Amino acid sequence: MKTTLSVGAMVMCALMAGATSLASAEAAAQGTDVAVASSDGIRSFNAEDVPTFDIAEDGTVDWPTFSGYRRYQSECHVCHGPDGMGSTYAPALKDSVMRMDYYTFLEIIANGKQDVGAAQTLVMPAFGTNPNVMCYVDDIWTYLRARGSGNLDRGRPAKRADKTEEYAEVEASCME
Amino acid sequence: MLKRGLAATLLLSSAPVYANDSVMQAIGDSTQWAIQTGDYANTRYSELDQINRENVGKLQVAWTFSTGVLRGHEGSPLVIDGIMYVHTPFPNNVYALDLNNEGRILWRYEPQQNPDVVGVMCCDTVNRGVAYADGMIFLHQADTTIVALDAKSGEVKWSVVNGDPTKGETNTATVLPVKDKILVGISGGEFGVRGHLTAYDMQTGEQVWRAFSTGPDEEMLVDPEQTTHLGKPIGPNSSLESWEGDQWQIGGGTTWGWYSYDPDLNLVYYGTGNPSTWNPSQRPGDNKWSMTIMARDVDTGMAKWFYQKTPHDEWDYDGVNENILVDQEIDGQMRKLLVNLDRNGFGYTLDRETGELLVAEKYDPAVNWATEVVMDPESDQYGRPQVVAEYSTAQNGEDTNTTGVCPAALGSKDQQPAAFSPKTGLFYVPTNHVCMDYEPYRVSYTAGQPYVGATLSMYPAPDSHGGMGNFIAWDATKGEIKWSLPEQFSVWSGALATAGDVVFYGTLEGHLKAIDAETGELLYRFKTPSGVIGNVMTYELNGKQYIGILSGVGGWAGIGLAAGLTNPNEGLGAVGGYAALSDYTELGGQLTVFAVPD
Repeated sequence: MKTTLSVGAMVMCALMAGATSLASAEAAAQGTDVAVASSDGIRSFNAEDVPTFDIAEDGTVDWPTFSGYRRYQSECHVCHGPDGMGSTYAPALKDSVMRMDYYTFLEIIANGKQDVGAAQTLVMPAFGTNPNVMCYVDDIWTYLRARGSGNLDRGRPAKRADKTEEYAEVEASCME
Repeated sequence: MLKRGLAATLLLSSAPVYANDSVMQAIGDSTQWAIQTGDYANTRYSELDQINRENVGKLQVAWTFSTGVLRGHEGSPLVIDGIMYVHTPFPNNVYALDLNNEGRILWRYEPQQNPDVVGVMCCDTVNRGVAYADGMIFLHQADTTIVALDAKSGEVKWSVVNGDPTKGETNTATVLPVKDKILVGISGGEFGVRGHLTAYDMQTGEQVWRAFSTGPDEEMLVDPEQTTHLGKPIGPNSSLESWEGDQWQIGGGTTWGWYSYDPDLNLVYYGTGNPSTWNPSQRPGDNKWSMTIMARDVDTGMAKWFYQKTPHDEWDYDGVNENILVDQEIDGQMRKLLVNLDRNGFGYTLDRETGELLVAEKYDPAVNWATEVVMDPESDQYGRPQVVAEYSTAQNGEDTNTTGVCPAALGSKDQQPAAFSPKTGLFYVPTNHVCMDYEPYRVSYTAGQPYVGATLSMYPAPDSHGGMGNFIAWDATKGEIKWSLPEQFSVWSGALATAGDVVFYGTLEGHLKAIDAETGELLYRFKTPSGVIGNVMTYELNGKQYIGILSGVGGWAGIGLAAGLTNPNEGLGAVGGYAALSDYTELGGQLTVFAVPD
């Protein structure tokens, strides 16, 4: 089911930074699929070939999701707050990713989003030309889905898998 | 542009213009609040004493005003000639309220700005207020447009553009009107913006001079032989030699803080911000002159002296905090002092004429990234902080998470300005009590895109009171904390000290607090509609003293603290153990004005 982040939802989200129960309930109702169905040696995917996280029973987080944590805390948190929790300035992305589909997420990050109003103007810049974001957009997605689905706590993941050679190769070519 | 600036400088330097008479007069009349900083010295002290430690407990709300804007409200209104000038965050509206007619709106200015600028403002769309001189109100908008408005009618007299938002150049600061000029800074250190201070002609808006924080000597307006650092000439190419390659061109050193001015010395003082990126390994060297207190001749822009507080920053200790100018006794001698409570947690006292370093002590005991600042002029480390290897993100290197660094990147104090009372000789300082983990990594530069290069997580200072802030009284002649009041959240509001022996400040929960200037005893508090990140001001109208404060939570504090902090080093049990700002307050801009009832 495709959903887009409505203006109302965005405002509500900005106002209700930290309110999680509603979003979790919605995600469950949509049957958001975060289960691993396949892997290409770089990252894991669900049954619809959408990137997903892979967290082992002992809490070890796959490298791309750990990378997503790092990139989020650098590129996103200065507006969206720590750990995808939202702020006084921008919505809680850990909840947004449970309501929107992967392709909408990519579109908004690449092209940005504006909600211009008298009382406040919400502007998400376009990151399409920024390799620090675009090369890691799948990482950020899986990190936020891990957060939003309740599979990853706040803060820095304590255990992580190592970066694979395949990942390093793709990363290097993207960042060039 | 630069050549024109230099040529104009030569022509103008011989004209003896004294500090702007209208500003001096307006500041000299303590019934007004004529400049954001209270006075040119940035003391934020008022001679008004009708509200005092005996009666402040009876304070009541006299009137209120909604700004109609939800974002974070920094700065304060001005009061001049019975008119109050209230500004807002983006879209940067200005309202002129007739105080003799129950606050009726005389005029409003509502600029049209491209909303794209919002997306390149790091950390909320705050604005720290308008300035006044020569019958004009000066507004420096988010998109770096400076407008001069007729103070009585709101008519636009002139406007000029100072920067390019498509490259990440934006503005959050007020401007400094001094003599025949308006001095303005620039924001965008997190976008690789190269900082500068620029002087515009007050009457026409024409650019007079521009002094970059980094780069070739002629673009920084320095004289290698005459401009000094701790008493010694800085020498040729002092900035270029402290960077690797051309990194200085995208190397930050922005100038978004407060500016102070000494009319006798004719010097303007301000601080330059962090070097870009936040990953120190990408910019070896001292990264001059980021993180520097600068003293410049107002007429020419030429630098008299620099002091670099944090050479080769490794923690984003953005050195823009205000420089407060006071005359106090040190070792039995009256000195012309400059006091700077820096983001890095050290309180510096310098001779503001020569730039000599007199005191450098920690103003929060939690500060741990450096052991001390070397005070021995004979040492090759003179004036340098002695970095602790464990907390050095450069020594630990890229892709290593350095943990337990105090203070966090928001500093032991951010821009929220301190106040000074000449009656007590003390500085009243709103502070943060927050530590961090910091992991730098490699990033590439794209114009107009964030250029950060570090992951960080923040948490309240461990082994302390559990809160994220303190409000302290500081003795700058000794470098000692006189007393310290714990606060649940960072104190993000500018303080006000008055001759009534009362000090005022706001809290992120939304309280206006009044405390005894001697003891710190809480005398009064009132919860305003939203969290306070604005600065307390005071004025007198028809013989009655008022206290004003803008509410409207937001800014860096609203982003970092809204969801509450967690300490990853304390295990999962601590998650959610710290207060979340969102449990206490909501968005909304409002001015609340207080008075003691008749």
